[in-house]
Amino acid sequence: MKRLDSTLDDMSGVETHCPYCALQCGMRLRLQPGPAEPARVEVTPRASGGNRGGLCQKGWTSADLLTSGERLTTPLIRWSRDDELEPASWDEALSFVATRIRRLQAESGADAVGILGGGGLTNEKAYALGKFARVVLRTRTIDYNGRFCMSSAAAGGIRAFGLDRGLPFPASDIAEADAVLLIGSNVAETMPPFLQYLTAQKAGGALIVVDPRATATARQASLHLQITPGTDLALALGLLHIAIVEGYVDRDYVAERTTGFDGVRPFVMAYWPERVERLTGVPVSQQRAAVRLLAEADRAMVLTARGAEQHAKGVDTVSAFINLALALGLPGTPGAGYGCLTGQGNGQGGREHGQKADQLPGYRKIDDPAARAHVAAVWGVDPDTIPGPGPSAYELLDSLGRDGGTRGLLVFGTNPVVSAPAAAHVEQRLRDLDLLVVADLVRSETAELADVVFPTAQWAEEDGTMTNLEGRVIRRQRLSPPPGEVRTDLEILAGLAERLGRGTLIDADPETTFNELRRASAGGIADYAGISYARIEAEDGIFWPCPTPDHPGTPRMFLDRFATPDGKARFVPVDYRPAVEDIDAAYPVYLTTGRVLAQYQSGAQTRRVAALRKAAPNPFVELHPDLAERHGIADGDDVRVTSRRGSATAPARVTDTIRVDTVFMPFHWAGAGRANSLTNPALDPTSRMPEFKVCAVRLEKAAVPGAETEVGAA
Amino acid sequence: MTAAVVVVGNGMAGARFAAELRAREPRRPIVVFGAEPGRAYNRILLSDLLAGKIAEDDLALAEPPGALDLRTDVEVVSIDPVSRTVEASDGSRTRYDALVLANGSRGVVPPIDGLWQDEETLLDGAATFRTLADCRQILAHARDAREVVVLGGGLLGLEAARGLATRGLSVQVVHARGQLMERQLDGEASRILIQTLAEFGVRVRLDAVTTAVIGEDRVRGVVLEDGSRIPADLLVIACGVRPKIDLAVKAGLQVNRGIVVDDSMRTSDPSIYAIGDCAEHRGRVYGLVAPAWEQARVAAEVICGGGAAYAGSRLVTRLKASGVDLAAMGDPHVDDESAEVVVFADPARRTYQKVVIRDQRLVGAILLGDNPTVGTVTQLFDRDAAVPADPRSLLFGRAGGTPTESAGALAAESTVCRCNGVTAGAIVRAWLGGARTVTEVSAMTRAGTGCGGCRDTIEGFVATLATDADLDTTSRPEEVVA
Repeated sequence: MKRLDSTLDDMSGVETHCPYCALQCGMRLRLQPGPAEPARVEVTPRASGGNRGGLCQKGWTSADLLTSGERLTTPLIRWSRDDELEPASWDEALSFVATRIRRLQAESGADAVGILGGGGLTNEKAYALGKFARVVLRTRTIDYNGRFCMSSAAAGGIRAFGLDRGLPFPASDIAEADAVLLIGSNVAETMPPFLQYLTAQKAGGALIVVDPRATATARQASLHLQITPGTDLALALGLLHIAIVEGYVDRDYVAERTTGFDGVRPFVMAYWPERVERLTGVPVSQQRAAVRLLAEADRAMVLTARGAEQHAKGVDTVSAFINLALALGLPGTPGAGYGCLTGQGNGQGGREHGQKADQLPGYRKIDDPAARAHVAAVWGVDPDTIPGPGPSAYELLDSLGRDGGTRGLLVFGTNPVVSAPAAAHVEQRLRDLDLLVVADLVRSETAELADVVFPTAQWAEEDGTMTNLEGRVIRRQRLSPPPGEVRTDLEILAGLAERLGRGTLIDADPETTFNELRRASAGGIADYAGISYARIEAEDGIFWPCPTPDHPGTPRMFLDRFATPDGKARFVPVDYRPAVEDIDAAYPVYLTTGRVLAQYQSGAQTRRVAALRKAAPNPFVELHPDLAERHGIADGDDVRVTSRRGSATAPARVTDTIRVDTVFMPFHWAGAGRANSLTNPALDPTSRMPEFKVCAVRLEKAAVPGAETEVGAA
Repeated sequence: MTAAVVVVGNGMAGARFAAELRAREPRRPIVVFGAEPGRAYNRILLSDLLAGKIAEDDLALAEPPGALDLRTDVEVVSIDPVSRTVEASDGSRTRYDALVLANGSRGVVPPIDGLWQDEETLLDGAATFRTLADCRQILAHARDAREVVVLGGGLLGLEAARGLATRGLSVQVVHARGQLMERQLDGEASRILIQTLAEFGVRVRLDAVTTAVIGEDRVRGVVLEDGSRIPADLLVIACGVRPKIDLAVKAGLQVNRGIVVDDSMRTSDPSIYAIGDCAEHRGRVYGLVAPAWEQARVAAEVICGGGAAYAGSRLVTRLKASGVDLAAMGDPHVDDESAEVVVFADPARRTYQKVVIRDQRLVGAILLGDNPTVGTVTQLFDRDAAVPADPRSLLFGRAGGTPTESAGALAAESTVCRCNGVTAGAIVRAWLGGARTVTEVSAMTRAGTGCGGCRDTIEGFVATLATDADLDTTSRPEEVVA
């Protein structure tokens, strides 16, 4: 315990990282001297990992939530469905949950109880959740919200390179690139300190941004391609077409380092620039300029993010952009390459260690006998007792409370009532469960529906590791213990395991758990075996793979070979298809969703920070003046947006930075302004990613202004 | 055995139809007859082939998965609608339960003295521009040629001319009408297009009817109606196309200019469909790939029992010619009182833009040269969507985005540091509170502590505030922020 007093100098406190996005900005935390109880925590930035000393408003204010009056400090139980949640002891809460899990599994089989995890959880917790599911609950039913985030990029990366590490190079390489093509990312709002790399890069090079909106990021670009939502795949095919016709293909690289180019060519050649212009709305001249800038740069990079990936064709879109990068000879070339910008804090590590439905630690596949044998040996169980692959996150949510579906669900580190697609439907599915257990810091919208709520520790109250967007494993350090009766997720899992008769299998200590994770990941794709807490602290993080204690880690991947059997990257033939739901007479406008700077994900945390609530108090509908005028909508008017799945109402924000055929809503809010009430749960056939980024809606000026818009926390 | 779906034609329409059908019913047998030798290729890219930018390999169209009964270099010679059989040039007879005519069109060759060697063969050095074989022939001649005459100033003729000019040949387009692309352009657009083409070494001669070819054994030039002579060692004929309807006529199907089809792409015989260049739908023959592919989709859907209907296509013409940016759509000639016509011409910059609006809808447009709005305009036209109240934005776009923040005169509530939500007013308050350097302002406000992109702006603030304070100690520093 590190309760500090005023005599300590400036080096006191702990060195840790911001709790929010995947940039994981370095920060130092100190307990402020003084009489306040609980003591206030002071945040100061420090250069570590990917931030070079920067912090955005979310990071600066992150400690406010530690002392928030809205924190949960005791477990809550809803004794019967008509009751309110009421405080209970840990013994009552753990026993309640264990008893019901036993009963549900006895009645309906092991798979009837499932887990939904999150991409913000530490590696230790992600690992423990996966293990808890497979050896304590013995259920195949586990997935996590990264399915809504990184799954398309992950699948695309694995198809091409045999391995998925978001950035296969340090973020600082981006600052040195001569040209960057950034597709569907608004880093100026989603990971603001990252923008310094693009600013540095643009000073001597070209930044090309693909986005339906002239976002703060797109306005920095030397070239902004203001694309029609849902058509990124056509653009990627078209850019490669131009590269081929203009003779920009790196033939030596393609011959030596790749396979499959000839299979891609016939698909690409059917996307001549004039056709692509009609599909995407991106003028031919801009397509040509983009290719010229990329191809003539010494070091070029192609970076995708959720704007390109959160589609029912997200994997193919990623493949198409990787194909472009491969044709130009970028991946595995120093200073150049393809990467995706991971979203959630541990979006990288969270997708590597087993909380994904089809996966075991070390990025192993759960249906691979050798992987099962290795992990079973580490766990001390019979390989045959490890269940097979389970349903993906949306399919899991969609099955809740239905015949033959999941009857009990444990939720850690996610808030699907706000963040899942077709959220009203998902909310109803959660209500139909026999048992909903939520571990959270606050009464999130999902916790409000729960039978049992476990109060969990925050980032400054626990130890662990995160893996940032670069694949760099970093340390999260405990400043002080959690307040009241709050426990860490690991303690909760260990306590539940004990009550379910398998207490020896889950350890509540983070470092012990990490050391077990190292053994479980050894020999796998994401190999952490050589990484220790001591090394991370001494070396400012270590890039995986790092198989042995004397291995330096791997900042840059693929320089000699790709992680495929023959060492060559694979071109994957893909074809364009339109959005699952295109606009028509009844729903004539595209909706796309995204984020704002002062809020994070479902907003459960950031909506409870006063400064952030002030900066971004409520949802809004961003629309073009021409579209607004046609609907008789003025800036600030409440707009009702309706899709085939429901309606949402929020004030209009009229701006000409958005396409005239598209409206944008941020998705951080619950209630009447919940953007995900509208979104389309159509899934990508490979990644099972929902089509968050495009659906068809209609607009009307809402009759009663402001009546239903929820602002901030409940 | 179930009879197959038989497709006559393995071009852009036929190959697409086969892929569409295969995607819907993977097991349904498909027989495709292609009159040309070789696999299906992408006709749109022939001008890139002429320009030497791509190789023949690049023309290949993606083939549908699974085995396809593809009979290339075989022509269907007759259809018997009663026995539902087609007879082919290889003597085979094939039963169908649905027949799709996608045999396209042929290039029109105007009556010109001396053009033909015999009934079937053009004079050496002359070629139409329609097929891959045509292209090969043109390229074979182009190797030794120096001067080229292209007959026809329509889309294909101009694309061929531009492609050949890329190879360093001297090219002259000879067009019988008073302007280029007369269906898609107006006179002013044509004039500017001619200037643009000239910059790429393509000359244009209008109102020039070619009456004869000079040369006994090979092309040496052409003679025009007015008696003038143009020397040429390569003559490319691109005078439009005519739907191939002979088969349909012999089979007794209803034809007009093309093979007449209904909204299901059915001909007058309900088992026979027609798509692409040979089809005539609601009185229109398109001759463009986008409508052909849409028709292929509808026919495949209907043959699989679906209820798709083809309602006609919006015509967008986009010249594929390197360095020449031209889009034309709908009818740009409308100038009656019900229409609003907005024109911007800047011949010096080779730019011409025209939109024709009626009832808030775009009925025609020409965008030549610098055309930042071409994507927006095309999509508005395609969707028949309402145009903005101020149509100027269709020509120039809007000045998108908020202006870049700069030090000096910023509104107090305007954001200086986006990463930390710090306004100009907050920075002035920090200055009033004693912060005198960028570091001190940052420490007090957190401005500049995210991506650092606003540090120059903060520096400007600090300098301006200091200067103002020096100059006039009575002025209130807030006034620096307008």
